[in-house]
Amino acid sequence: MTGNVKDNALPATMLDRSDERLKHEAGIGGAVRAFIDRVRSGDLGSLPVVVGLALIWTVFASLNPIFLSSNNLVNLLFDCSTVGVIALGIVCVLMVGEIDLSVGSISGFASAIVGTLWVNQGWPVALAILAAVAVGGLIGSLYALLYNRLGMPSFVATLSGLLAVLGMQLYILGSTGSINLPYGSAMVNFGQMLVMPRLLAHVLAAVPGVVMLATGIRTISRRREANLSAPSLGSIVLRAVATTLVLEIIVLYLNQDRGIPWMFGLFVGLVMLMNYALTRTQWGRSMTAVGGNREAARRAGINVRRIYASAFVLCSMLAALGGVLSASRLASASQQAGTGDVNLNAIAAAVIGGTSLFGGRGNAYSALLGIIVIQSIANGLTLLDLSSSLRYMITGGVLAIAVIVDSLARRSRVSHGRA
Amino acid sequence: MTETVDRKAPAGEMVLSLRGISKSFGAVSALTDIDLDVHAGEVVALVGDNGAGKSTLVKTLAGVHQPTAGTITFRGQPVTMTDPSAALNLGIATVFQDLALCENLDVVANIFLGRELKPMQLDETAMEVRSWTLLNELSARIPSVRIPIASLSGGQRQTVAIARSLLLEPKLILLDEPTAALGVAQTAEVLNLIERVRDRGLGVIMISHNMEDVRAVADRIVVLRLGRNNGVFYPDATNQELVGAITGAVDNSVTRREERRHAEQQLSEGGQP
Repeated sequence: MTGNVKDNALPATMLDRSDERLKHEAGIGGAVRAFIDRVRSGDLGSLPVVVGLALIWTVFASLNPIFLSSNNLVNLLFDCSTVGVIALGIVCVLMVGEIDLSVGSISGFASAIVGTLWVNQGWPVALAILAAVAVGGLIGSLYALLYNRLGMPSFVATLSGLLAVLGMQLYILGSTGSINLPYGSAMVNFGQMLVMPRLLAHVLAAVPGVVMLATGIRTISRRREANLSAPSLGSIVLRAVATTLVLEIIVLYLNQDRGIPWMFGLFVGLVMLMNYALTRTQWGRSMTAVGGNREAARRAGINVRRIYASAFVLCSMLAALGGVLSASRLASASQQAGTGDVNLNAIAAAVIGGTSLFGGRGNAYSALLGIIVIQSIANGLTLLDLSSSLRYMITGGVLAIAVIVDSLARRSRVSHGRA
Repeated sequence: MTETVDRKAPAGEMVLSLRGISKSFGAVSALTDIDLDVHAGEVVALVGDNGAGKSTLVKTLAGVHQPTAGTITFRGQPVTMTDPSAALNLGIATVFQDLALCENLDVVANIFLGRELKPMQLDETAMEVRSWTLLNELSARIPSVRIPIASLSGGQRQTVAIARSLLLEPKLILLDEPTAALGVAQTAEVLNLIERVRDRGLGVIMISHNMEDVRAVADRIVVLRLGRNNGVFYPDATNQELVGAITGAVDNSVTRREERRHAEQQLSEGGQP
């Protein structure tokens, strides 16, 4: 495979290059121009959140240099992972154009289940976690039932779920109100201390680049074989090298302190798994289709009810898992777990990251990017010794901006025919 | 009611046979006692005024609506279609009037929606090649199959919807106003396509308001009026007969208009000398 075989060497024969009206952008300069074109027409992707994150980090770093210290960033990653997993579930329900307002309560209920079963009843910890996640799945299937069979809007179904599940959490915690998880246990260590060995972190950081390169080369050869235009090898190598470089620098910097938390590794692993499922499987295609045009998806023979059910169940299970993770982070299962801003932070993270509230548009990485934005704000304001009153106001403002950007970009996409 | 008798025998075996199909939405009877036969290698045109029940009948055959009464026999077997995927699996493909495409997905994803190759690791290359093959068969003018449907024109969307219906190599194709949004060349292509599909031995049901298109390709013309059968015609039937069956009377608004214009013309000619 040589990089200098240009696409335009055989113009007339390629299947997808026969229409003379289509502009063909070749090479790296072309890729940049195509990107600018996309952004102008309102197909923003992750651009707003990356710009926003750079802005937020600049402001906080200038106000307090500790913000960008590796020690603080490692803490940030620990904090991101818990609500981030919940936000990943929210991405699922937003993809089909629905919402789950009860993820906070489910996460709190899950932590209470783990506390009760493991500490009070003496179950093995793994079994207790499994039970908590399974209960999350049950709650999700109840929502799916209410939505599919009884036509209850998910907004209302999950709003009543918010109260009911919170009630169950308080009920099983009983009069004691909170259960402390034993320090030194594997679960609490996982949430508070365990980090990857340095070398392993570096190796894992190289994996995405290698995978990009391998799949890229495979795509090129397969498309050439099929007589379709293919991206140039140069651009793929460039992307893979750039990705690897950025990840390795991040790992190097965080390794100055404790290193990459295993919990964050778990979160990123789940995000990548979800990304694969949403973009490369039939299920993911169906999710996008249902979110875009439910009736068209139904007429194409997709079992729409099953798709909705999978979204609700997955969301609740991830919410439960997020609750278990935050219990291990806090080393306790309390009545406060999952209350307050957990719910809205998770939803805000998905939306800020670029998953549309209108359905049919979004990606798994929006949970990762969005939660980093939200936790950065919380973390930065804590470092500045500012109260949570200000934090709520600022997070609210950022969410409003994110939704405005989403609506404006949507309008622009419609007028540029990209919907 | 005009029925020409000694027609050539229908081309092949019976693909679809409807007996006494009725469909009501609450108090409204959209379809009453519809009988319809389609043979292999035959194009049946379904015509009727607005609200005659054409689209309802097509949706019933596509599994979108379930009939209130009556039997559907498909390739000799009585069938019930509980949802659209049941119809697709039987081999009944439909191009709906509203096209039923997902605007946020690209052309390839729409063509293969619900029928993706390799469900656990989508084979994008193979799907793209197959999409181009289907679209080229239709002489489609689509610049790229990797752009979302939202950026295509009405005619281009129609072509995508037709290409999708051919993907599964169906036995029967239902086309609800297939040429309504198309340009001159695309209309001709679609009509050619309908003939090609028929010559491959498939049954075709086509809804159209355009009598010219109907006459051009239909082997039989079935008229619906107010949800009931109102006669079966052949392409050599006069316009007056067809319009009469569609509107329900020989004396109707179309003929009155014709007569008025005729009279006006005579009047102005008479005033000349």
